Amino acid sequence: MSGYIEAQLIILCLSVIYAYAIFLPAASGQLNLGAAGFITLGAYTSGWLNGSDGLGLPMALSIVLSMAFVGAIGFAISLPILRTRGVYMVLATFAFAEVVSGIAINMEFLGGAAGMPVDAHAPVEVVVGVAIAVVLFCFYFMSTRLGLALRSIHDDESVSLLFGVNVRTARVVAFTVGGMLAGLGGAIYGHHYNYVEAQTFNVLLSIYILLYVLLGGTQTAWGPLVGAAFFTVLPEIFRQFAVEMGSDWLADSRFIFFGMFIVLMMVVRPEGVVTRTMQDRCAGYLSGRRARTVAAGE
Amino acid sequence: MLLLQQLINGLMLGGLYVMVAVAFTLIIGMLNFLNFTIPALFMFAAMMMWATMTGNLPFGNDFLFSVFGEHHIWIAGAIVSIVSICLVSLIIERFTYRYMKAKYGDATEHALPLVSSLGFLIIFEHLVISQWGSDPLQIESPFGNATFTVGSLIFSYPQIISLGLSLGIVFLLSHVIRRTKLGRALRSIAERPDTATLMGVDVLRIVPVVYVITGLLCAISGILFTINYTSIDAYIGDTVATVAIAGMVLGGLGNVWGAVVGGLFVGILEVFSIYIVGADFVKVPIWGLLLLILVVKPTGLFGHTAIGKGKF
Repeated sequence: MSGYIEAQLIILCLSVIYAYAIFLPAASGQLNLGAAGFITLGAYTSGWLNGSDGLGLPMALSIVLSMAFVGAIGFAISLPILRTRGVYMVLATFAFAEVVSGIAINMEFLGGAAGMPVDAHAPVEVVVGVAIAVVLFCFYFMSTRLGLALRSIHDDESVSLLFGVNVRTARVVAFTVGGMLAGLGGAIYGHHYNYVEAQTFNVLLSIYILLYVLLGGTQTAWGPLVGAAFFTVLPEIFRQFAVEMGSDWLADSRFIFFGMFIVLMMVVRPEGVVTRTMQDRCAGYLSGRRARTVAAGE
Repeated sequence: MLLLQQLINGLMLGGLYVMVAVAFTLIIGMLNFLNFTIPALFMFAAMMMWATMTGNLPFGNDFLFSVFGEHHIWIAGAIVSIVSICLVSLIIERFTYRYMKAKYGDATEHALPLVSSLGFLIIFEHLVISQWGSDPLQIESPFGNATFTVGSLIFSYPQIISLGLSLGIVFLLSHVIRRTKLGRALRSIAERPDTATLMGVDVLRIVPVVYVITGLLCAISGILFTINYTSIDAYIGDTVATVAIAGMVLGGLGNVWGAVVGGLFVGILEVFSIYIVGADFVKVPIWGLLLLILVVKPTGLFGHTAIGKGKF
């Protein structure tokens, strides 16, 4: 595997982990624009636990502990944040991320604005393995009773409430588990690149992650996978293509086309690339049944 | 005395935040979504101002210099910037508000205009980067170092003018919303777009007006920012707009005068935070305050409870 492919694979895997972290709250209809905050927390916590300046724990243990820590923070802030709704929730999660990054930059023992080196290195296999585990976990999670509850809240909150779904609990769980996954993603990032800098986890990262999820589709667990894969691989292919054509301008401006694509996507397919109907159709074709009956049954 | 000088600097900075915060609050109050094209418009206006003043426009530089001359090129910059922002606002309107209604209603359908506006943010930032790069760009201030002093306090003319201008524009806007026919139509759309349509309000013709107004606010604050601080880059919109969002929430979503108070307050808070605890720490008080307000009193100081509920 060439170094270039490997680097792209790492970016893809990290994007997938981040996307699932934001997908879980989004699956219950909650937009979380604070991914960068959870990622920062996970990366710094794991790095500090593992580092010789910190506790010097083994890498696996420090990753697990950092997930637990980020999960605890996520749980603590989910209670007040889930009281807010819609625009307010977007803003509150966004504010949370900014506060976290502001604090991280000012912690001298975490290296401050210069960033923090991380000791233990996570090789490619670990990153890919963790990403696959996260994907499998999320597919399982969405197939459980709780996942079904999330889907029903996403479609209609009042009706779910009438049918006895504990909306609050489901949302708190989705938000907390989402936070833990983002923390995991951050920890893996830190251990792979062996360096954490709060400025890399900025507003734009949160925005991009939310876009992966919303463009991939929040209705099924395929959505974030497709979204993240699409939007990390496609611009790269486009860049290669432009380089081969010998046009530097085209290579530099690929994000303009990416932005246009997002705008057009909202016009022609606002629910995201993968919808539940589409999933059922594909499943119907694969198992040889008439797809129409399944799709109509939704 | 030094504290008083900091207070004045804070008010001047707040004046710029006020206009961006008012732009945000108008869109949230009227159309009920968080418009992320506002940072892009602010940055684009600042960039057009810079490009005109330094002769870096893709075309028409010689013409503008021959008409306005070296000394008045800032007037050309303001015109180019305002005209281009108005056009851009109309294009953005076409692709955000009009597609707000999803085919299948679910909880994230209200995220549509949010996502398209993020798409536009990406488009404009990279358009500017591919044209002029992402490094900070400088201009010569057209007014030099024009200041006057009262006692030992230093006031800069461009900053005084921009504070006055921003308050004047907001006053005018608030008058338009309260007293005119256009304002009544706007308020009816804010309350319930479907009913407004039934009552004979041409929603599809009024909404572009809201976009042009917000575009103008962004353009003017972008121009004033360029003249006052003389250094801009492609990410300047994000920096300014995130602080302006904090100001808007503080004042209460959808409330114009709330945005004015909030904008001025975060301006002062930012300057004092830099003065007391240093530039690196400035995020924590502003965003901590915002988080606290959102959790404790989401309506802000003057907001209504209905706005933003259940919508993105």
